[in-house]
Amino acid sequence: MIVADRKKIPEIRELVAKHERVLLVGCGTCVTVCLAGGEREVGILASALRMSLKLAHCSKTRIDECVIERQCEDAFIDVLATRIPEYDAVCSLGCGAGVQALAERFPKTPIYPGLNTQFIGILESQGVWTEKCAGCGNCRLGEFAGICPITRCAKHLLNGPCGGSQEGKCEVNPELECGWQLIYDRASSLGIVDSLQRIVPPHDWSTGLDGGPRKVVREDQCIAGLGPKT
Amino acid sequence: MPWLAPRQDELMDREPLILAFCCHYCAYAAADLAGSMRLQYPQNVRVLRLPCTGKIEVNYLLAAFERGVDGVIVAGCLEGGCHFLEGNLRARRRVARAKELLAEIGLEPERLEMFNLSSAEGGRFAEIVTTIVQRLKRLGPSPLRPDPHQIEQALETMTQQAETALAGESHDCCRS
Repeated sequence: MIVADRKKIPEIRELVAKHERVLLVGCGTCVTVCLAGGEREVGILASALRMSLKLAHCSKTRIDECVIERQCEDAFIDVLATRIPEYDAVCSLGCGAGVQALAERFPKTPIYPGLNTQFIGILESQGVWTEKCAGCGNCRLGEFAGICPITRCAKHLLNGPCGGSQEGKCEVNPELECGWQLIYDRASSLGIVDSLQRIVPPHDWSTGLDGGPRKVVREDQCIAGLGPKT
Repeated sequence: MPWLAPRQDELMDREPLILAFCCHYCAYAAADLAGSMRLQYPQNVRVLRLPCTGKIEVNYLLAAFERGVDGVIVAGCLEGGCHFLEGNLRARRRVARAKELLAEIGLEPERLEMFNLSSAEGGRFAEIVTTIVQRLKRLGPSPLRPDPHQIEQALETMTQQAETALAGESHDCCRS
């Protein structure tokens, strides 16, 4: 899932203080699970913002709140359509995709981000999320015993480990587990250490972030006559 | 949460107003004991009983401050002695989170404090309230507390509106 965390209150206050009616919009999907933008967090942020605005003598700004099921899909944004004209601005507690989906849908309303979108990751333990995937568009987990060296190695090495791996920890941060140690340990338990002996060719980054926003098209799923959105 | 809203006469008062979230199994019983023991402690505290301090959420604490209380106490069982095993340990972390938020908002985090006590500590409950009242007097009233003049004006407006509405109703009655 996408993991995010909340921006600091003063930063959000600065964004919304110039407007009179502001709607906080939470998202019921990834950011609810990572406790950043669900119903409870929207309530907490709304309350904190109201207090912060009052203390900053910006009492004219009114903060309302709501949560929709999924901000990154137009069909779910429909429920907001009737409410948006009542507001001067929206502060989204969705991920970056959610903020931009709202901005596309409501071109005349300023949409501000309330969260910092961090990464694609998993819940490591209660209250702790870690990055697992860089979304490089060319998954090679099959070559590395199911552990991604691009994400888990601090140097993104495909032919590791480097000389800085000491007792399973990384020289970049002694608290960080060495990604390549994890790869070798797992490969050992699977009995496929031999497969790590070959020199891995450079990664094909053409599927990565360079070259503008990426797009996945499934022609068989596109509605006839409409084609993919250009 | 209308029950968190202080009464207008309380907000008009210059004394600090404190809300105490008390666990049923310890602090609430301790407050009761303090009363039975005829112990004196400041009258500024309003006690709210919870089944466990683990029921506390950050938004409860913020809601109290938003409505103008000067300080909030969370009083739970001694650590290791929670009736529900770890409710008070969770409350401690949530109080710490709320303190961070208060600092970001611009309110003094010292306005919020968590204490642990047993149901036999009536004297300690009185001590805690006294300590917090002293601290809040030093910090001064919450800047979020509505201005007494605004309250007076609001009361006046409300009275006028009520009188106008009543006059209209009686006029309608006469016509019918």
